[in-house]
Amino acid sequence: MEKMPRWADVILIPVISLLLAAIISALVILAIGENPWEAVKLMVSGALGSTYGWGYTLYYTTNFIFTGLAFAIAFHARLFNIGAEGQATLGGLGVAIVCLYIPWPHWTLALVGAMLGGAVFGALWAWLPAYLQAKRGSHIVITTIMFNFIAAAVLNYMLVNVLKPQGAQDPATGPFPANTHLPTFQDMFSTAETALFRGAPVNVTFFVAIAACFALWALIWRTRLGYQIRAHGHSETAGHYAGISATKMIVVAMLLSGGLAGMMAINNVMGEAERLVLNAVEGAGFIGIAVALMGRNHPFGVFIAALLFGFLYQGGAELALWTDIPRELIVVIQALVILFTGALDNMVRMPLEKFFVARAKRREAASVSPAAAE
Amino acid sequence: MDLLTVFQILDSTVRLATPLLLACLAGLFSERSGIFDIGLEGKMLAAAFMSAAIAAVTGSVWLGLLAGTGASLLMAGIHGAASITFRGNQLISGVAINFLAAGLTVVVAQSWFGQGGRTPQLMGGGRFEPITLPFALGPADAEEAGRPLSELIAEAGMFQQLYSELISGHSILVYVALLAVPLSWWVLFRTRFGLRLRAVGENPAAVDTAGISVIRLRFVAVAICGMLCGIAGAYLATGLQAGFTKDMTAGRGFIALAALIFAKWRPWAALGACLLFGFLQAVALRYQNIELGEFVVPVQFMDALPYILTVVILAGFVGKAIPPRAGGEPYVKER
Repeated sequence: MEKMPRWADVILIPVISLLLAAIISALVILAIGENPWEAVKLMVSGALGSTYGWGYTLYYTTNFIFTGLAFAIAFHARLFNIGAEGQATLGGLGVAIVCLYIPWPHWTLALVGAMLGGAVFGALWAWLPAYLQAKRGSHIVITTIMFNFIAAAVLNYMLVNVLKPQGAQDPATGPFPANTHLPTFQDMFSTAETALFRGAPVNVTFFVAIAACFALWALIWRTRLGYQIRAHGHSETAGHYAGISATKMIVVAMLLSGGLAGMMAINNVMGEAERLVLNAVEGAGFIGIAVALMGRNHPFGVFIAALLFGFLYQGGAELALWTDIPRELIVVIQALVILFTGALDNMVRMPLEKFFVARAKRREAASVSPAAAE
Repeated sequence: MDLLTVFQILDSTVRLATPLLLACLAGLFSERSGIFDIGLEGKMLAAAFMSAAIAAVTGSVWLGLLAGTGASLLMAGIHGAASITFRGNQLISGVAINFLAAGLTVVVAQSWFGQGGRTPQLMGGGRFEPITLPFALGPADAEEAGRPLSELIAEAGMFQQLYSELISGHSILVYVALLAVPLSWWVLFRTRFGLRLRAVGENPAAVDTAGISVIRLRFVAVAICGMLCGIAGAYLATGLQAGFTKDMTAGRGFIALAALIFAKWRPWAALGACLLFGFLQAVALRYQNIELGEFVVPVQFMDALPYILTVVILAGFVGKAIPPRAGGEPYVKER
């Protein structure tokens, strides 16, 4: 028997969890002596009130779609990939190398090359933890955490000792060549009279991210590989019985996950900064966890959740600019979303399940009793 | 490199190993009871902030320690509620706690002190002062001689150097952390409570059958974990440094986690692992790049070494690290 209708599982529970997170965030804002309603208004006008605001919101959204999808695909194989941060860091390295050392004739080709570069580097960084999990049984959560720190050290070393231009002070690569410049929304949508998205970093990779959502949806629910990954995730023993190799599933899911996380770099490194700097990922890898949890690991849900977090990030930046509320408030909100939609899921689910079961019983009783009376 | 330099590096090893050791033992209690905890970092950070904030406001470091431990216990309570009561995913809960602490500490610090997410510099009674053991050279001797302490120690004999530089002159929490190792060993391996705690991490159903509450045992373990993380965080902000700064734990919670795996979930081995990782930090702090003849070891490699070692250990190439069997699994009592 179904405990709950599907809509309650897919929509009601995330919405209630989100409301709880919002209420506590509001209490935090109240506690530090600011007005939550004013804060929300400021966030909405800052993030959605202009094409400039939208330009930043969608830029962050693009990052979070990639890392959210990365977490989601690994989670379908019941792997907890906490290492998107490191994989995206290495992806940045891949993108930077592709952009700096290959003379691209046109940005379209450069984009394809950079996507490959980022994906390959990110996937490689996910491969070793996956291999160790599959073959040596070392827990993937711990290894991917460790790999995040190792990735930061690798990037630091590469920037300081290898990629930094001669004589430069800060640990960063030189600017990428002009032919790798990706068209921003400003380039694409502004007309001679009206400048739209002026100065905002959102660029053509937003569409790549949306394409990635569709591609991943098709992969998970419309291909044999996706079926195998899900089967393995639901029950490793059942998958094994059906001839699905656990080793292969772990490695493939993690390669896909790392590849997606690495591809994020075409947005933040190639699209926005147009050079590689230290800590280019800025925690987007971890936000992917919140995004995927909220989006119930479905690409469409990930898109919606990424949009919400894009709004929170841009709104939070505006908030920090105009009020005394620091940017870290967003980290608090992010933590609450992870807490309520992820860890405290049962707190919302258990009472709801009871409610729906009781309602179903009452209905049954109501439909049976007239018949019994006859 | 002379002997005094070695003593100085070892001295700083002990200081840097202390927060790792406390957090590592914290994780030991939690994970031995079957509750994975990747939120050590967050608990330490929360404690570091609260201890520094209260110490700055009241001027008493002991009140600070109390408040820091309270903050850490609150975080541990959330983790316990999520992973024991509501049978949620322990990893997700740990991630949430890390972010909650990272965000809240800065938000609250900013509105409380308005110094860009830090607490005021702690002075006098707001800090844990170094303790001079009997017969050791300490600040009092330096004042009497009218010269800096480091000069006095440099002129002293070898054993006095060892004693004054390495063994004496730490804050009380360093000695507390070192004492916590035999205490943890005794509690876990020589008491009935310890036996039950370890059993509940391996086979909770068996413990339940014996009529012992799995839930209560695990909550106690999580509370001990919170308390130890609290002391670790308080030491960071009021002993090692003088005040709270944003993200001051800087991954120490994860290094402690690494040390716990490195030590294969055993207290004495945890001491060894934490001293090793503390030593790596001390060396990386003192020297930038280390030259071994032709070959130069970059500082980034030293930074990453604890993590690399942990991956190697986890991969089972140097002995096998087997976590408590029921770790990460919420316990569902049969109905």
